[in-house]
Amino acid sequence: MPVNMKQLINLVEKEDWPFTQGHRLCPGCNAPMVAKWATMTAKALGYEPVVGAATGCLEVSTTIYPFTAWNIPYIHNAFENVAATISGAEAAYRSLKNRGKLKTDKPIKFIAFGGDGGTYDIGLQSLSGAVERGHDFLYILYDNEGYMNTGNQRSGSTPPGADATTEPVGKVKTGKVQFKKNIVEIIGAHENVYAATASTSDPFDFMAKVEKGLKHEGPAFIAVLAPCVRFWRIPESTGPKVTKLAVETKYWPLYEIDRGVYKITRKPRNFKPIEEYIKSIGRFRKALQHPEYKEMIEEMQKYVDTRWERLLKLEEVTKGMYLR
Amino acid sequence: MPTKLAITGAAAVAHAMRQINPDVVAAYPITPQTPIVEYFAQFVADGVVDTVMVPVESEHSAMSAVVGSAAAGARTMTATAANGLALMFEIVYIAASMRLPIVMPIVNRALSGPINIHGDHSDAYAVRDSGWIQLFSENSQEAYDMTIIATKLAEREEVLTPAMVNLDGFITSHGVEGVEILDDEVVREFVGQWEPKYPLLDIDNPITHGPLDLFDYYFEHHRQQQEGLKNAYKALPEVFAEYEKISGRKYDFLDLYRMEDAEYVMVVMNSAASTAKYVVDELREKGIKAGLVKPWVFTPFPKKEILEALDGRKAVMVLDRAMSFGKEAPLYSLVKSALYEAKERPMMGTYVYGLGGRDVTPTMLHVPFEDAIKGELDPNEERYLGLKE
Ligand SMILES: Cc1ncc(C[n+]2csc(CCOP(=O)(O)OP(=O)(O)O)c2C)c(N)n1
Ligand code: SF4
Repeated sequence: MPVNMKQLINLVEKEDWPFTQGHRLCPGCNAPMVAKWATMTAKALGYEPVVGAATGCLEVSTTIYPFTAWNIPYIHNAFENVAATISGAEAAYRSLKNRGKLKTDKPIKFIAFGGDGGTYDIGLQSLSGAVERGHDFLYILYDNEGYMNTGNQRSGSTPPGADATTEPVGKVKTGKVQFKKNIVEIIGAHENVYAATASTSDPFDFMAKVEKGLKHEGPAFIAVLAPCVRFWRIPESTGPKVTKLAVETKYWPLYEIDRGVYKITRKPRNFKPIEEYIKSIGRFRKALQHPEYKEMIEEMQKYVDTRWERLLKLEEVTKGMYLR
Repeated sequence: MPTKLAITGAAAVAHAMRQINPDVVAAYPITPQTPIVEYFAQFVADGVVDTVMVPVESEHSAMSAVVGSAAAGARTMTATAANGLALMFEIVYIAASMRLPIVMPIVNRALSGPINIHGDHSDAYAVRDSGWIQLFSENSQEAYDMTIIATKLAEREEVLTPAMVNLDGFITSHGVEGVEILDDEVVREFVGQWEPKYPLLDIDNPITHGPLDLFDYYFEHHRQQQEGLKNAYKALPEVFAEYEKISGRKYDFLDLYRMEDAEYVMVVMNSAASTAKYVVDELREKGIKAGLVKPWVFTPFPKKEILEALDGRKAVMVLDRAMSFGKEAPLYSLVKSALYEAKERPMMGTYVYGLGGRDVTPTMLHVPFEDAIKGELDPNEERYLGLKE
């Protein structure tokens, strides 16, 4: 039974918020939506979520001692090691359960949250290790395409043309030149893993994937496009509107790789040009005025088109071919 | 009945771990710690213990995973050496600040670079301010005993501080000696069950571990960590006494060897103390009042005991198996500062020896005694034993 509106409403009526208000993330930030939807889904499904978070906006803004926005067990260790940390907690869970030392028999599920810096970059080794070892946990990446907590530096997820303080748009350079690292395929290429993308524009698609991830026995990974209103230079209330455009322009296709099987979960009927997405975000404003802007857009358009075609083909050829 | 086995130090530590039977062990191999992990992995593979073992992809993740595991409420151990410890460094501090009673044998090895797989104490010294308890062991027997002692100590409610057990790379870890192994039940009863107060997995009483701690509380939390170490200092004699009851082996902050009337005292840690004891005996036969002080406990540093042991002696020669570049060698500077309040300050000398596993011979250890007897100690001149000029 997939999680439904009624279950969520029940939770809301009970005021049983696993992730509460009172945190200090910026108004309009998309990270708390991700945290809230994921933990609520876990609760609605009858699981007890135990959460880990990497250093980043979500962590520093929700646990300022002596306050906490987490109404469920939560652990933060450092920037690059949330996957290893949660894998230790999960190992402890197995051990204590095995030895009859656990004080509860409610079903516990482990969820790790990381920003793109803590996931694509510095934390990739720890994440790959934990996924390879097959720990039973769900890793949720809130992807705001840069190091927001430390002031808008580039990450392996920052797209070309987006202004970042460590790779700014300048007279001779349109900012970062590389496209985003394909994190979902990197994680999806591990054994027995469920990996997916999601977007704040589509909470139900996300929650369905959270459910799949939680039910999958083994590691699961969801990358959620979750804008930072501050450094993306977008109006506070427009995060989901912008991510909707990301999906409609093939910039951020919604799909999953379930044990090797690709499936696109949202196929927009009418695609929009990538330029529309780029123009909706203030972070690209400087690139927009750059003499090489046209070439950059052409290249990006070509890239996202090709990747979409590729995804369609992968969906076709991997159909039913579960690696496990 | 305790059994005597001819085993390496690594095997002795692994046996202690087997008897402690921790809930979780996460570790990554590095010479010369590797055999500890291998022995223990075999115990797991053979079903001798039902520990959940997490064979991580790096030491950074080993320390991260043991933090997760210990916070979850599991009795947790890991082990490492040198570069492994260096890679863990960031999380070593975090483990202490989260007050997690993790026990970690450190098989002392030179900290690169240049790369060297043999023993010195640069790794242990590098984390001396991280907030961990640091115990040192001269031989395999002591490494075995200290692993059990560390578990009991770290978990005391007023202590709740992680502990490292240091043993010398190769010399202790790979050398075969007779080691007396206590009965499994005796060790199990001694360490008891670990009952964490605020485990992450207590889902009915959720708490936030590792929050952001700004200027309004960080200071206070560090002050509390200091209290944990002060309490460890108070608890150590009790734990040692309890351990003596089950093992007959007596430990203290300091191992005092022929110290009753000693005039010329060498201070040295770990395996070189065995050679030093031999040298002391040789000198005693010649009627020279030599003695030795070997700290078993480095953190919390037993300042008072050092002062008591050394006040009024003629000369104190401190031997460090590591350098502190641009400063006085670590053990020397601490011993020297402990002697600030001495009524009768001894002459002092500082010697660096055995770096990168260089052999330590009796001839070499005679040198500081000779310098002292000749009255040629210089408290401000770092001297090197066995250095090729
Ligand atoms: C080892 C280490 N290096 C650098 C930092 C500084 N730092 C803290 S958070 C952060 C960036 C976080 O970015 P991301 O993971 O994308 O999360 P966001 O801030 O965007 O939420 C950096 C660089 C750190 N805490 N630890
Ligand atoms: S800086 Fe950006 S990511 Fe961080 S809290 Fe504010 S909006 Fe969210």
